[in-house]
Amino acid sequence: MMAKGTVAEGLYDVAIVGGGVVGCAVARRFALEGARTILLERAADILAGPSKANSALLHTGFDAIPGSLELACVRAGYAEYLEIRERMNLPLLETGAVLVAWDEEETARLGAILAQAHANGVTDVRHMGREELLGREPCLSTRARDAILVPGEHVIDPWSAPLAYLRQAVENGAHALFSAPVEGGKFDGVAWSLATPRGAVTASLVINSAGLWGDRLDQALLGRSDFTIRPRKGQFAVFDKAAAPYLRSILLPVPTERTKGVVLARTIFGNLLVGPTAEEQTDRERPFTDGATLAKLVEHAARLIPALAGMAVTAAYAGLRPASEHKDYQIRAQLDRRWITVGGIRSTGLTGALGIARHVWSLYEGLGRYHGALTAPAWPRMPNIADHLARDFHQPGYGEIVCHCEMVTRREIEAALAGPLPAGDLGGLKRRTRAMMGRCQGFYCGARVCAIAQGRLAIPADMAGPPHD
Amino acid sequence: MTDARRLPSECRVAIVGGGPAGLGAALELRRRGIGGVVVIEREGEAGGIPRHCGHPVFGWREFGRILSGPAYAGRLSAAARAAGVEIRTRCSVVDLRQEGQVAVTSPAGLDRLSAERVILATGLREAPRSARLVGGDRPWGVVTTGALQSFVYLERLRPFRRPVIVGTELVSFSAILTARKGDMRPVAMIEEGEGTTARWPSAWMPRLYGIPLRARTRLIEIRGGDRVEAVTIETDGKLGSIACDGVIFTGHFLPAAELVRSSHLRWDASSGGPVIDQFGRCSDAAYFAAGNLLRAVETAGWCHREGRRIGGFVADDLQGRLPRPGRLVELERGRAIKLLVPQRIDADLREPSAMLQLRVDRAVSGRLAVTAGGQRLWQRRLETKPERRILIPLRDLPIPREIDRLHVGFVE
Repeated sequence: MMAKGTVAEGLYDVAIVGGGVVGCAVARRFALEGARTILLERAADILAGPSKANSALLHTGFDAIPGSLELACVRAGYAEYLEIRERMNLPLLETGAVLVAWDEEETARLGAILAQAHANGVTDVRHMGREELLGREPCLSTRARDAILVPGEHVIDPWSAPLAYLRQAVENGAHALFSAPVEGGKFDGVAWSLATPRGAVTASLVINSAGLWGDRLDQALLGRSDFTIRPRKGQFAVFDKAAAPYLRSILLPVPTERTKGVVLARTIFGNLLVGPTAEEQTDRERPFTDGATLAKLVEHAARLIPALAGMAVTAAYAGLRPASEHKDYQIRAQLDRRWITVGGIRSTGLTGALGIARHVWSLYEGLGRYHGALTAPAWPRMPNIADHLARDFHQPGYGEIVCHCEMVTRREIEAALAGPLPAGDLGGLKRRTRAMMGRCQGFYCGARVCAIAQGRLAIPADMAGPPHD
Repeated sequence: MTDARRLPSECRVAIVGGGPAGLGAALELRRRGIGGVVVIEREGEAGGIPRHCGHPVFGWREFGRILSGPAYAGRLSAAARAAGVEIRTRCSVVDLRQEGQVAVTSPAGLDRLSAERVILATGLREAPRSARLVGGDRPWGVVTTGALQSFVYLERLRPFRRPVIVGTELVSFSAILTARKGDMRPVAMIEEGEGTTARWPSAWMPRLYGIPLRARTRLIEIRGGDRVEAVTIETDGKLGSIACDGVIFTGHFLPAAELVRSSHLRWDASSGGPVIDQFGRCSDAAYFAAGNLLRAVETAGWCHREGRRIGGFVADDLQGRLPRPGRLVELERGRAIKLLVPQRIDADLREPSAMLQLRVDRAVSGRLAVTAGGQRLWQRRLETKPERRILIPLRDLPIPREIDRLHVGFVE
């Protein structure tokens, strides 16, 4: 199968290494500012690493470390998402969040969390008390003692958003090269030449947004890295859509020093998820799940919302967060070497990405380079796959329903296999359409999807034996 | 085949699902002279699960000969069409409302259909990996039997070559036949219990095909990068590994009851299907249900006969011969009982063919008893296993007048 993406040509102003949500957002920002931009991704599609498996929340930053770069990027990213989302047809499920204390010790900490939220500029966060909490969340266990309301925390589509960012970059002249891991590179004092299996790419600046491999890329091409990636695994279980009515808000725990803790939230696709765990793992390639931990997550959810007992689990997955030994984002420019590292984006990358992109652009402007920002950039509109909005099957002429669980149409699948950024593999097709992601996990549609995609994607199935009746 | 006609806005009976049960109900309704029978089928052809199942185990009782699944499905649809049933394919019911109002989407658009009666016959599906909480990596090559059948029989694709088969229910042996048909060689069959769940003669099939059967073995995790490379198993507390390139999860069927769960109809968490009385009537008397939606799992032939039976009750109802629900007695699950269908019975109405269907949740041996207020109404000695069919004829239960609750369970 041919690797997808355009072929690199000439000298780029910037080469972005890594097609996670951060790389996609940075590509968008640079393309909009008029820079000749190329994004290099080692996998066959974007979002192959940490960005494909997160809790899909739009964070306000109420609990971020005051004065941190993370807080600034999350605040800016939050604002920009809300500003552009209607134009790009990106969904928003306005849930708000409740941060619930379950014992005396946790209750005692709510005051400090509230003060920190206000100090962080999230001024609508307020104490709500047990009565109001149980009024808002009638299915919640009555063991809940006290709570804080964070009205601005919402649920978004974790896959359409980054796809929209890169799509806007590409529609405004950027290039994206897939199956193109950076295997080496040389800086000649003016520009970098990066070696990939799909050819050399020459650029005046490299932005390392390689996520789990960010420290390794710095080591390989700069000789050292200021941080070490310590992958932190988060496992999630997704309940059947029948679970969604039991929870209105995002349900947050009182965070600990180390982690924001296990969250319960509806998804934009109409399910209810529980996760993530926070487990150290040395393997950077395989975020594997384990049955015992998944069972604990499911039990935990049923303790908080008793009606979830016995509820079917639709999907289970794990993601690796590219955490480092530092708490804050690690974003550094070495302008003499024409290199910017964007690393350690551990758990708020989905929200922070647009803010990170602006920050990186401001660092780049320090080089004194000037590009004319596009005066009338293209604004692609994304197809909607959110459950609470009108879906493709509501419109006649869709051909056939291919995935019945998620009501995915043939027309949606064809669209995801075409266009400027077609799906590069089955995972990419699933994330663009929801096909095979529902409660039957491909029982009905798996074979059909493969048959439709055959010849256009690498399908790991071949023809069956001799013809038969 | 795209059926681009719009649906009628009204009909007498709308049947949701064109599998053996739905087509059985449709045929019986026509035989009883009921017009305006519309079968709403989401796939491109009616026939249901047998359509995906290319090996010959179907049709002995219905057609007097052994047929392959697709041939059986084809005969049922042809018989229904010949009887004047309107089958609308590529139409999906997306919403059930009070008194037989349903929303249907088709390539022609979103429509509302108003039916005097609706029969739900949406069947079931197998529990996929996620519902079983099996951990490990997420490589390609993890399927259910149903998915495997679609690959092999509908799309002629071979998703892997050396799969491990998880489970030993009847359908697990269908997985063996399907794998063989697609030129795949299963490397092992694993089962948590002491021996195969299905009865002889299927039980010796693994040996016939040289597939090692590993009893008392649990699947712990799936390993692999792009594709499955191995599974980790645990036998009698000891961990082991089997090299393979695919995993077929078989059985653990669940009724496909999403429409019921998102509707006003009562749903039974233990059976996974709608709450019905002995006539298949749901909590809204405009709705009936039949087939594997009621409980997992019965054969296509059984579902077909059940569909016919319930189609007959719907005909009675439309012809004014089925009284409105009266004195309803609720059934309670006792020891070792996984599910009971129907969940309630109308005690004043005698229907000679009505049966109480049971499944157990463990291998059990003892006295199965039906009691009411401490009084034993019926009992039988029984030794049985999960997934086996147990029936109690309702005519054998003398239900006392003052009773509103029956208890069904094993006693020591």
